[in-house]
Order: sequence, then structure tokens, then C-alpha cells
Amino acid sequence: MTRKGRRLVLIGAALGVLGLAAGLILTALNDTIVFFRTPTEVAQRQVAPGERLRLGGLVEAGSLVKEGPNVRFVVTDGAARVNVAYSGMLPDLFREGQGVVTEGALRPDGTFSADTVLAKHDERYMPREVADTLKKSGHWMEDAQNARAGAAVPVSAGGSVAR
Amino acid sequence: MIAELGHYALILALALALVQTVVPAWGAAKGDATLMGVASPVAITLFAFLSLAFAALVALYLASDFSVVNVVDNSHSRMPTIYKITSTWGNHEGSMLLWVLVLGVFGALVALFGGNLPDRLKANVLAVQGSIATAFLLFILFTSNPFQRLVPAPAEGADLNPVLQDPGLAIHPPLLYLGYVGLSISFAFAMAALIEGRIDAAWARWVRPWTLAAWIFLTLGIAMGSYWAYYELGWGGWWFWDPVENASLMPWLAATALLHSAVVMEKRDALKVWTILLAILAFSLSLIGTFLVRSGVLTSVHAFATDPTRGVFILAILAFFVGGGLFLFALRAGTLRQGGLFAPVSREGALVLNNLFLTAATAAVFVGTLYPLALEAVTGDKITVGPPFFNLTFGGLMLPLVLAVPFGPMLAWKRGDLMGVAQRLTLAAGFAVVAAVVTAAAEEGGPVLAPVVLAIAVFVIIGALTDIAERAGIGRLPARVSLARLSGLPRSAFGTAIAHIGVGICLIGIVCESSWSLEKIAGLRLGDQMQIGTRTLTLDRLENRTGPNFSARVAVFSIRSGGVEQGTIEAAKRLFTARQSATTESGIRTFGFSQLYVAAGDEAPDGLLAVRATWKPLVTLIWLGAVVMALGGLLSLADRRLRVGAPKPARRRAPSAVPAE
Repeated sequence: MTRKGRRLVLIGAALGVLGLAAGLILTALNDTIVFFRTPTEVAQRQVAPGERLRLGGLVEAGSLVKEGPNVRFVVTDGAARVNVAYSGMLPDLFREGQGVVTEGALRPDGTFSADTVLAKHDERYMPREVADTLKKSGHWMEDAQNARAGAAVPVSAGGSVAR
Repeated sequence: MIAELGHYALILALALALVQTVVPAWGAAKGDATLMGVASPVAITLFAFLSLAFAALVALYLASDFSVVNVVDNSHSRMPTIYKITSTWGNHEGSMLLWVLVLGVFGALVALFGGNLPDRLKANVLAVQGSIATAFLLFILFTSNPFQRLVPAPAEGADLNPVLQDPGLAIHPPLLYLGYVGLSISFAFAMAALIEGRIDAAWARWVRPWTLAAWIFLTLGIAMGSYWAYYELGWGGWWFWDPVENASLMPWLAATALLHSAVVMEKRDALKVWTILLAILAFSLSLIGTFLVRSGVLTSVHAFATDPTRGVFILAILAFFVGGGLFLFALRAGTLRQGGLFAPVSREGALVLNNLFLTAATAAVFVGTLYPLALEAVTGDKITVGPPFFNLTFGGLMLPLVLAVPFGPMLAWKRGDLMGVAQRLTLAAGFAVVAAVVTAAAEEGGPVLAPVVLAIAVFVIIGALTDIAERAGIGRLPARVSLARLSGLPRSAFGTAIAHIGVGICLIGIVCESSWSLEKIAGLRLGDQMQIGTRTLTLDRLENRTGPNFSARVAVFSIRSGGVEQGTIEAAKRLFTARQSATTESGIRTFGFSQLYVAAGDEAPDGLLAVRATWKPLVTLIWLGAVVMALGGLLSLADRRLRVGAPKPARRRAPSAVPAE
């Protein structure tokens, strides 16, 4: 094989693998990405039942009901509320009044059936999506977030917990 | 006093790093041996001062000196001593200090063991190292000073994040940093080669052991992190495709590619430009990882702090080194002489294929990690790119690669015989088919892909063994002769085979865990039983215990299988008093290579305890496979050292520097 031929084979192989990669990436991006929605957006956009999405907001105080491993609670962003049903163990940092992100799909009756519940926060930290939502809806409390930010002391938010 | 000493040591280190950057580079440009000679002693002194600064911070933590902000935020006087030490790097400032310390370690190692490097190369390598140290020391001193005082000093600290109060913190970050930062050596070598505009096979021989050492640490660091997440985060997942995990996976993929392309360059003097580019990319990906994790762009366990100035600073460092590296590459790559022709079907060809798949997989992970960030910045839409994306893209690219693994080492250099190799792999293929058929028959309607992937894993393992057997002539030659040939094989041949076997082992673990895990969630009262697979769990006791800085509620289960007592398993919830936050301590028992994983949730007021039990078949193989890969790497590294005494080719083409341990 000539030098040129060899180079062509090499370039062909490279294009082949890159094409495969690009194809896989594009297919996967079409099929597998999940949008993040707030309760308000869920109410406004008329999300179809069965469509996977991430729902984030605050766990409404007093809404948590446990029946063995089955859990129900309400996620709110101050403007709208969504009932969430979940079966399994809640993360350590799940608390009423705190931020939460759940992943799953709406049932026809409007209940959000979650298969994953993430409480990515410790006492000083809240999921960024939730923080943004609260800021937008005017429920953001600067003081609570920066309780230690007195004087010229740099505050480091403690590590947060991802799943 | 100690804090000021540490701070002062850091400032002196910055000055030394500047000297290490400027003087040797200047000397190399002018050909002045005296100026170039400055590099080594300065690199060693820099390491000494970085150690001093780091030791000062450790001392502050050990003394629980709450007049230092960093200690207040991350320590507590009642924490066990081991966690007082590890919390030194369990926070943003301290972990950046560890990063620079590791950089100093590698610089000193090059200075100490790089005696056989040509003077100019060594001077340039250390100068590039020095510039990286300068950038990160500036970053620490200006945005992340770990020695900042707090007035008035509080009486007690805020405690370390409970999730981090684990022996894993003692091992995972240092290993990972040794890997991340070790890649800076390959980068420095690549830069030095571009600055000189000269590169040959000897260069590859110097670079390979450093890359290999970094790769070993990175492999172990990632595996350790995965196991830590598995047992600590309480729901038994071992890989989440979390952006910070991807941030460590991308440099690993690039380093794996670099290792393989450096072989081609060392043995055949080909793929030079590509190898240089990979060395730049691998370290760039480490820097991107550091940026993603440390800038607060992402929210995860690893994002200690979110301070925009830090993000911008790291972004600037990133732009400088990645941009500078690629710019120099664009400028000089054309002048590098290409050599070593090869046919598409050859060992070189196989290694090119390996590189193509690995870089494509890296790109897939890169897109999946950064696309959500880019999309949010552009359109404001918030999306999650989760496991389904990565399983499809990464899996789709890795499986063909893994399938090709046994072929590579058996192909000849320059021109290989694909049919011949395929023939010699018939036995391995036979084993694979049997494995697939047996699993498909046994699993009764489980996932369709699982037997196929399992077959590929078996193929890789048997294929690697076949390669060794072929080289030794086992079966073809008399036993004594083949035994002698076996002991005469270079260690790197065994290294390759063992690392590839590790890939197979890891893959078996992944397939079995993800296809045939059994999970059960139940609400139990004292004395209640639950069935998981063939085993029965009984909730025997619920106890309260107290640790140094936490209180725990422990559920004790006894395990029975077919009436036979198999011991007990303890799952606990810990409540850390200082932060008022809880952690789940899952109970794990290992049976052979499989594990029974039990996590207990909160107790309901009526005494019902939520329990999740999972049977994870062969799950430990995932991490054992990674350890085996690292062992293969270590063996390959040992091979280099053996060659120190080998006859040297003309000129100063001595074998590589003694690798880092």
C-alpha cells in the first residue's frame, strides 16, 4: 500500500469512529436528556404525563406523609405546588422546608411519580436550580443563606451532598 | 505563629517557582549551563517550602487552632485525630495546597531522578513545571489563602462535612491528585519538546514512565472514589456520571490513550505529533477537571465553595496553559519529523484504533458534561444529562474497543496478519461464546445485552492469557523450553496482559452488578424478616451508640441462608452534633466477590424502620479489576527500571528516568 493509501485508511478510520461518536451523541442527546422544571413551569407548560423531567423546589412544611417505604410530599416554589409520590428511602438531608430535586414523570392524575429524590444540600447550601427558582419567585432569604457572612470573614459553603 | 510561618513559606515558594520558571528557560534559550543548572536545586527547594506550608496547615488542624478561618470552618476539637489530619485537604483551600504540593513532589522527582535527561530538556521541563506552580501559588495566595486568621477566634469549629469523615478522605484525594498532577510532567515534556522543536524515540522513553505512574495513581484514585461513594452515600451506586466523576474520567481516558501512543513512538518512532497533542490534552483535561470541581460551576460533594473570583482565576489559568500549549503546538508541530511507516493492519494500526476510540469516548463524556452548562448559559434551559446518555455513548464506543483489545498485542509491528491472529484467538472466542450461551440460558429473560458484554469480557481475559501463552510457546514447545521463555518475557508483556485482564474483570463486575442486582425495600419492626435472594435478614436489635462527635442509631441484622447462620450486618444512621446533619452508614458483607448491602432509613413513630437491602453479584470485581489494571501498569513500570543497566545506544539515549513510586 502506498503512503497515500495508508494515510487514507487512517483518515477513513478516524472519520468512521468520529462519525460513530457523533451519531451516538446526537441520538443520546435527543432521547435521554431530562429537563428541569419548577412547579410553576409544570403548571403552565402542561407537561404530558409520562414525560421524564426533574422537578425542583422546596418540600412544603407539614406535607410529608410516610407509609412504610412509600412517601408522599408536596414540592412548592411558593407559587405552585405539585404532589410527589416516591417509594424508597429518602436521602439523609431530606427535610421539610428544604430544597429538593426529584426525577420522574407525571401520572395522569397530576401526581408526580418520582424514582429519584436528591437533596443536594447541607444546612448552608441549596441546589442551584432551587435557589434560582426561589430568587425568581421572590422567596429567597439572603440572610438564611449567608448566616455566617458577618464582617470580613470569607464564608465557605460547606461541601454539599450529591446523591 | 504557625499560620504565619505557613503563609510565609507559601510566599517564598511563589518566589522560588518564579525563579524555576524564568532562569532555566532563559539558560536553555541561551545555552548557558550554569543558568540551566539552577533548575534542579530550585525545584527541590520549592518542594521543601511547599512541604513546610502543608505541614504548617496540618499542624494547625492537629492543634485545632480556631483562630484560623479554614480550621474553624472544617474542623472540630472532638474529631478523631485521623480526620483532623485529613480535613486539611477536605476543603477548598487545603485541597488546592495539596494540589500544589503534589506538583512540587513531581518537580523534585524530575530534578532528583532526571540525571540522564539532556540538560536543555530537563531545564525546559522544570521551567514549564515552575510556571504551573507559579500560577497555582498565585491562585492560592490571592483567592484561597488557607492561613487566613479569624478575629475573634470562636471556641469551637463547625466540624468537617460528615460525609467526608471517613478513611476514604485519607486516600482518595491524594491518589487522585498524584494522577491529575502527574500528567503535568507529560505536559511539561511535551512543551519542552515543542520549545526545542526536537523529539525522538528517547523522548517517548522518558515520558512513558511518568505517564504510566500518573495513570496508575489516577486509576487507583478513581476506583477508590467509586468505592467510597458506593459505601458512604448509602444507596449503593458506584458510578453516577456526576460531572465531577467525569472530570476525573476524562484525563484518565486521555492518559490511557497517551500511554498507548507513547508505546508506538518509543518502539517505532511514529505518531509523534499525535503523542504530543495527547500529552497536552491529557493535562488540559486535568485542568478542566480542576476548574469544574473547584470553581463552583458544578454543585456536588466536591464543590466546597462557590466564589466567582476563584472560578475566573482558574479559568484564566486554564486558558493560559491550554491555549498556550495548543498555540505552541500549532506553531511547532509542523516542524517535527515524522517517521516509522506502518500498514493499517499492524500493532501500530491497532494502537491508533485504540487512540481513536478513547479520544472519541473522551469527547462523548466531555459533551455530556459540558452541554448542560453551555445550554443553560445560552438558552437558560436547565437540563440533566444522566446515565442513559453516557451508557449509550460511552458504552457504544468502549465496547468495540474492548472487543479489539486482544487483537492489538498479538499483531506484529509494521504489518500484521489479522487472520492469523484471529485463528490464535479461536480458543478465547470459544470461551466467550460458551460464557454467553450459559448466561443467556441461566438468566431467563434478563437484559439481552448482558450475555454479550459478559462474552466480550471473557474474550479479553482469555485473549490476554493467550497472548502470553503464545509468546512463551506453551503447547507448541516442550514444557521446559516454554517455561524458560515465559520467565524470559519482558515484564511489560506481563504488564500489558495483566492490565487487559483487569479491564475484563472490571467489565464482568459492571455487567453483573447492573444486570442482576436484587433490591428490596421494606418496613421492618424488631424481629421482622425480609427475604433477599436466597438469604433472610432478621432485624435483631436497634441500639444507640455514641462516637467522638456523633451519635448513632444502629440496626443489627442477622443473615441466614437456608437455615444456616451467616453472621450479622450493621446499618446505622449517624447524627453529627456540630452540623446537625445525618449520614447513612450502610452495612456491607462480602460473600465471595458479591456483596450484601443494607441501608437503614429513619424510624417512623410507630417503630417501623425503612430498610433497603441489595444483593450485588460480583460487584467487588469492578474495583478489583481497576486494581489489577494498576498492577499491570506497575509491572510495566518495573520493566523500565530493569533496563537501566541495559546496553545504551549511542549518544545520551539512556533509558528513562527512574519512575516515581
